[in-house]
Amino acid sequence: MGAYWNLPSLWFLLIAVLWMGYFFLEGFDFGVGMLLPFLGRDDADRRVLLNTIGPFWDGNEVWLIVAGGATFAAFPEWYATVFSGFYGALFLILVALILRAVAFEFRGKVEDPRWRRTWDWAIFFGSAVPALLWGVALADFLHGVPLDANHEFTGSFFDLVGPYALFGGVMTVTLFLFHGSLFLVLKTEGTMLVRARLTSARLFWLALLGLGGFLTWSYANAVANHDKGLVPDFVPLAALGALIAVGWFRRERWDLTAFMLNGAAIVLTTATIFLNLYPRVLISSVDRAANSLTITNASSSHYTLTVMSIIAAFFVPIVLGYQGWTYWVFRKRISREQVQPAG
Amino acid sequence: MDALTLARWQFGITTVYHFIFVPLTIGLVFLVAVMQTLWHTRRRPEYLRMTRFYGHLFLINFALGVATGIVQEFQFGMNWSSYSRFVGDIFGAPLAIEGLLAFFLESTFLGLWIFGWGRLPDRLHLACIWLVSIGTILSALFILAANSWMQHPVGYHFNPATHRAEMTDFFAILFNPTLLVTFPHTILGALLTGSLFVLGVAAYHLLRGNETELFRRAAAIGTVFALLASLGTVLSGHAQAQVMTQQQPMKMAAAEALYNTESGAEFSLFALGTPDGRRLILDVTVPHLLSVLATNTWDGQVLGINDVQKLEETAYGPGDYLPVVPVTYWTFRLMAGLGFLLAGFAVWGLYLLRRRRLESAVWFNRLAIGAIALPYLANTFGWIFTEMGRQPWVVYGVLATAKGVSPTVPWGEVLASLAGFTLLYGVLAVVDGWLMLRYARHVPTEEAEPELVPALVY
Repeated sequence: MGAYWNLPSLWFLLIAVLWMGYFFLEGFDFGVGMLLPFLGRDDADRRVLLNTIGPFWDGNEVWLIVAGGATFAAFPEWYATVFSGFYGALFLILVALILRAVAFEFRGKVEDPRWRRTWDWAIFFGSAVPALLWGVALADFLHGVPLDANHEFTGSFFDLVGPYALFGGVMTVTLFLFHGSLFLVLKTEGTMLVRARLTSARLFWLALLGLGGFLTWSYANAVANHDKGLVPDFVPLAALGALIAVGWFRRERWDLTAFMLNGAAIVLTTATIFLNLYPRVLISSVDRAANSLTITNASSSHYTLTVMSIIAAFFVPIVLGYQGWTYWVFRKRISREQVQPAG
Repeated sequence: MDALTLARWQFGITTVYHFIFVPLTIGLVFLVAVMQTLWHTRRRPEYLRMTRFYGHLFLINFALGVATGIVQEFQFGMNWSSYSRFVGDIFGAPLAIEGLLAFFLESTFLGLWIFGWGRLPDRLHLACIWLVSIGTILSALFILAANSWMQHPVGYHFNPATHRAEMTDFFAILFNPTLLVTFPHTILGALLTGSLFVLGVAAYHLLRGNETELFRRAAAIGTVFALLASLGTVLSGHAQAQVMTQQQPMKMAAAEALYNTESGAEFSLFALGTPDGRRLILDVTVPHLLSVLATNTWDGQVLGINDVQKLEETAYGPGDYLPVVPVTYWTFRLMAGLGFLLAGFAVWGLYLLRRRRLESAVWFNRLAIGAIALPYLANTFGWIFTEMGRQPWVVYGVLATAKGVSPTVPWGEVLASLAGFTLLYGVLAVVDGWLMLRYARHVPTEEAEPELVPALVY
């Protein structure tokens, strides 16, 4: 294992962990955002739904910001190639995230049904578009995009939306929808809880189809390319196993276990993608061996990585501590009565 | 327009727009924390209602600041990939640290503050808003560390093997002399923005006789901090001018449209005519002021544009090292002029406050409403000045802006995103402005403010 004990590997791992955390956390608030127009039958319902994720979504989004910043700092070439190459997709994601962020804040400020409807749809699209496109982007990392010898992206938007990449998007959307419904089971009461349970029962099959299909397709690609990276077989199998177990725990109403296990499925799937990538960070579909970006040719200097490692070692535990504490503070369920006080 | 020009316009528009919301966020959250602290120590109900009232306005503003901030982090890679490859080893670190130290702190504790009323113990809840304030200030520190490195690159060497700039001394970047003057200037400018906002909104209500007991106190808080912040902004700006004269003589010369080197140089208050230096119709000047401003001495020498151009040609090879002089000349003047104007206004406010006549001073209060806009203009002019004054460099003396742009992003995609962002930002500005007005005019009566029970917010 000596070959993996180096700073670029550590930062590859850290960035992978940031994506896992981002998908685990923002996954459920994207899910709730996508379910909002369907589970919320009236304004009180929709307020219940929004308040379940109210204190959390902004902190969850910071995982993305930090993943972006860490990529810039630790692997400037990776950051530069992906962000310029995936230009159109990132523009759409930015528009979606902007609309979503302001929608949460603006929605409740005016008591007009049309105003609220408009922002509800902004939240829906603002959640669905990134949920889809992040899956597409991660699948593209693995599948490969056209890169030249200078690591510049030479394709167009259409090179990013091949069938496998699109299925990657389907996988994240279905998993996040299911994740959101499981979160609502934990956080709501009364009729909304009944509705959330029913929805999660249906979404389970969708998520199973999405994840099973994606992992099978990825496995087939890996075999065809003779390129399984570092993935031990048990990781994707555990991801699938965790999801199947969720189906059972959900029925037995072990709700917290179900939610956490689904989170584990998301984390293990992300791990599969990154383990299959390693030691590359972005595979080139043109001359895989020579043109791919790797942790070596994309990384920052040893000095920069050392400075960043010291800072991360000090502050990451603190951040995890206070973010975890937030979930403890706001652990209570949210009811219609809280939204519409009696009288 | 070529892709480079479009990318520059997009960066300019999105950054100036983002920085409309940022100073108010930094300044106002600090003042809201002050208000909540006053409530905590004095227990006067007015302070609680004041905290809640200005807290609402803060949140409407904060949402747009956060939303447009993500664009900032992404577009270095999207539009400036060659720049990102060249400087990522240095520039990426402060950005990542900003996320880890500042954004997590800000967003997590803001969530706790918003949803924690009546749920968290009082003291802990108060600590939350202070942590948000610390988060916003840390965020400014690290992003300004990154920007200061572009103004005055330190603590790095050029690695010919990787063909990029690489960090050699993290502390040199953190204690960059440019940062040490830029950070206080920016923070104090933000505090001035927040203070005049608090004062202006209070003035609106005082003129109408709404909740006088509450808004009298708010106006006093606004006035006191506006005075401290405006004096601090002017002084730190002066310190900044001297650092700038040493580090970027071209920027100082262009700020003054000074073409020929002078000793005991006069400061041009305003000039009419052709600022390209060929013909001057009218130029109102103050003798020796430019030398004092730039060097702190009566007869100090200030280099003119023509001489700096020659110096830079010697250092960096043939080329045009001149920024757009009319832009630097006017933005510098307007920024500094507004700073002095606001300092004078704050002194007037303090005089009225000492005489206990602030709440009945009709003209002062009318002007205070209008004065809300002035720090915004000064902030914007300041940033346009310092960024456009650095041109043609993106990293001063190291990398030209034209060499930083993404080589592979098609012209059409940049045009589409530029149009998309401008349109989206325009619509959001209208909605946000409308909501701010609506909530600023709302009278926070005792009946309108619910009790401190754990409430749902969305």
